[in-house]
Amino acid sequence: MILVIDLCYREGSLSRDEFVGPVARILREAGASPVVRHYTTVGAPDLEAADGAVLCGTALKDRGFAEHPGRFRWLSAFERPVLGISSGMLALAAAFGGGIEPCPGIGMTDVRVVAPDPLLAGKETFAAYELHECTVQIPDRFIPLAVSDRCVQAIRHRSLPLYGLLFHPEVRNEWIIERFLRLVESA
Amino acid sequence: MRLGVLFSGGKDSLFACWKAMQHEEVACLITVVSRNPESYMFHTPNIHLAGLQAEAAGLPLVEVETAGEKEAELLDLKRALLEARDRFGIEGVVTGAILSVYQATRVQRLCHELDLWCFNPLWHTDQEAYMEELIGAGFRVIIAGVFSCPFDASWLGREIDRRTLDELRKAAQKYQITLTGEGGEFETFVIDAPFFSRRIAIEEASRVYRNYNGVLRIERAGLVEK
Repeated sequence: MILVIDLCYREGSLSRDEFVGPVARILREAGASPVVRHYTTVGAPDLEAADGAVLCGTALKDRGFAEHPGRFRWLSAFERPVLGISSGMLALAAAFGGGIEPCPGIGMTDVRVVAPDPLLAGKETFAAYELHECTVQIPDRFIPLAVSDRCVQAIRHRSLPLYGLLFHPEVRNEWIIERFLRLVESA
Repeated sequence: MRLGVLFSGGKDSLFACWKAMQHEEVACLITVVSRNPESYMFHTPNIHLAGLQAEAAGLPLVEVETAGEKEAELLDLKRALLEARDRFGIEGVVTGAILSVYQATRVQRLCHELDLWCFNPLWHTDQEAYMEELIGAGFRVIIAGVFSCPFDASWLGREIDRRTLDELRKAAQKYQITLTGEGGEFETFVIDAPFFSRRIAIEEASRVYRNYNGVLRIERAGLVEK
């Protein structure tokens, strides 16, 4: 089972269809049966049953999730594949001690892959849709995987399949979510 | 949260409005009327009836005009959002964007500049499920413009019911068009919605059509009991 986590400002919010719906749809179309949970209601049974997790993005003004770091502490011991998207990347990095710094980006940007990894293998550059005010200060145990001219766009844990993407792969880069699913299935 | 809905009179903006009403408070509709039929952001054939639709919905309408020149029309949209913020205290904006990164990017940037929330409840939605939900929820939508093959003049004015949806589905498969018309293949006009207190009755309309391009221009319409 793959756990899809909604980071939006409240459970069942108006943002859910925008930031969680497309990710869940892509996973379903790729053959998975995602289970969606709001970050405030993720429980031990959900985490035990999950083969992997996706942390979805939020609206630009939506930073409520960052005020509840305790809700993401489980990430440091999860050890199964995780894909943090935009705000989800910030939450993932924060769980490993990473900070954030201002780096606003709205719209399409060119992303350059800077380290080999199965998630982005075969691509040197691609265009991606970004919607963020900040990027992460890379935590000690993470490495950069891809960058744009202005921001770190993708990171991964040095030894675990924990990924963060600053851009939104559900827009024009569905292949990354499909590939993440294959990583989950083969883990 | 008080929200303003960017409103064209077509199905996507009114469906987004309905979604927003289920979660937050919709304080007004916001329409940018373009004088340029080739407008990148705001072209729509029956925008002059936005006021009638707003009346049916019982919502105030903020309406601004634009000459419809590519980037200048964004300044007009900004003017509209500022007016909506001043008059109705909106804290966020709702759009019916489905796939257009061009439109979404521009609205997101404006909202960011004005410190407004931005909501796109149809963003990258499952188009099949959306069309089914639209009909099932009680929206009555007609095709008010066609701009691609295979749509002949007979499509103008047709209501999108389940039978029409079946035909759209076949056309979408055969001609590589979107089921929702998001690629600009067709435009719609909403004559009834679940939150309309009265529905719109079209009293007089004219059709202009040639070469897979046509518009149903509604000349006269009124509100009637549902």
